[in-house]
Amino acid sequence: MVGIRKVQHRKFITVLVVLALITAGLAAWWYIESKRDDILVLATTTSTYDSGLLDEIVPDFEETYGVRVKTIAMGTGQALELGRNGDADVILVHAPEREEEFVEEGYGKYRYEVMYNEFVLVGPEDDPAGVRGSQDVSEAFNRLYENRGSITFCSRGDDSGTHIKEIELWEDAGFDHDEIDSQAHSHWYKSLGQGMGDTLRTANELDGYALTDEATYISLKEEVSGLDIHFSGDQELFNQYGVIPVCENMNPNVNNELGEEFASWIVSEEVQDMIDNYIIDGEKIFTANAQI
Amino acid sequence: MASDLLHVTVLSIFVSVSATLLASAMAVPLGTVMGLHKFRGREVVKTFTYTLYGFPPVVAGLLIYLLLSQRGPLGSLNLLFTPAAMILAQMVLVFPIITGLTMSSVSQVAGEVKETAMTLGADRWQTAKTVLNEARIGVISAIMVGFGRAIAEVGAVLMVGGNIRWHTRVLTTAIVLETRRGNFEYALVLGAVLLTVALIVFFVLKRYQDKGVKI
Repeated sequence: MVGIRKVQHRKFITVLVVLALITAGLAAWWYIESKRDDILVLATTTSTYDSGLLDEIVPDFEETYGVRVKTIAMGTGQALELGRNGDADVILVHAPEREEEFVEEGYGKYRYEVMYNEFVLVGPEDDPAGVRGSQDVSEAFNRLYENRGSITFCSRGDDSGTHIKEIELWEDAGFDHDEIDSQAHSHWYKSLGQGMGDTLRTANELDGYALTDEATYISLKEEVSGLDIHFSGDQELFNQYGVIPVCENMNPNVNNELGEEFASWIVSEEVQDMIDNYIIDGEKIFTANAQI
Repeated sequence: MASDLLHVTVLSIFVSVSATLLASAMAVPLGTVMGLHKFRGREVVKTFTYTLYGFPPVVAGLLIYLLLSQRGPLGSLNLLFTPAAMILAQMVLVFPIITGLTMSSVSQVAGEVKETAMTLGADRWQTAKTVLNEARIGVISAIMVGFGRAIAEVGAVLMVGGNIRWHTRVLTTAIVLETRRGNFEYALVLGAVLLTVALIVFFVLKRYQDKGVKI
């Protein structure tokens, strides 16, 4: 009996020791991790990340500067919020007005323009709203509204850069976006609260229209084959990306030095060329336009 | 792609196993004590624990984010966007489940076994062990359910881990990413890998369930 109890106790102690070791290992690991100053946290948008561009160019930065980059892909709103909280060191998003606000509030040091792609208006092949041939994007949105009885419009509805742009376009076309949004019960305007890919897939299923960045549409073309581009090319539809190093004044833990190095790196001639040469399925995705 | 897959799988197992083990280390003793003893407010505690079964992962993620953010009370620990943060978030989700289910299965066998053991001259420690061994099917099921919740969970680890390649990307967040990118086939492969991992873990746990754990 005594012998068995000893064995049982030993097993119990072994379990405890293993658990203690796991805990100690974790503690040691994050302690070492937290002391590193060679890690850059980059907050960016899902559309940028999903295009695969960052996987292509970021290793160059890591090699050149001997650092590691942690890339976090979220909505523009969330990415900026990470910056405000000091949880990101540099931000790469596409909502110029919000970005300028961010810098003015003192959270960002400065903003460089990096590149652009285009927003396009996609919809069912037969274009029931007759958007094709509109003079400008305002007319296109007016045609959508006029035909609201017979069409569906799928909005991101997630405070992303694309959603912010869509709101702007409705307002510029002379509508009150809040009012359109509150017409949800009329079933034509659907606020999805989803990412770009999901929104396109939904629009495809519902035979609806959607505003999308061209890059995502190109990469999903085969899956959303029921959708065609019906309007593009208006100056208003430029989708400008900017880079902002987060200011260390608000949060001393921000790695501002690396953030600034990243900003200078991404607008350098060499990296701008890499952006211009990034091609998916034979189509160019982004056009670099930093003013160096 | 293959090394990506391996890394993501290993991290998934590491995070969820750690979270389940650490949560179990606290939840099983706590559940046993709560199942064995009647105390004031026990029913209230029970109901509260059961309610937490339905704790939304995204809310758990949000709370841990606010806690670990540079602006949060534990910001100086620099835990955000590390696997440690993901383990913490999963522990929060798993802890009430293991506690509650342990409590239920212990209290089911408690009455009879407790009396028999005490009649045979067992002390409190031995009684607790005997009861726990009798209740092992339920207790190990509790750990299984906990692990199942942990490994399949996506909202919380996405929020506090950030789905960072080579750092905090696990099977579930990779599935979200690949689906968003339109790589449905690869997303399905990841799903199959996740199920295989669960199968192996549950197979091991089931053996303990059948044969009993001697501690």
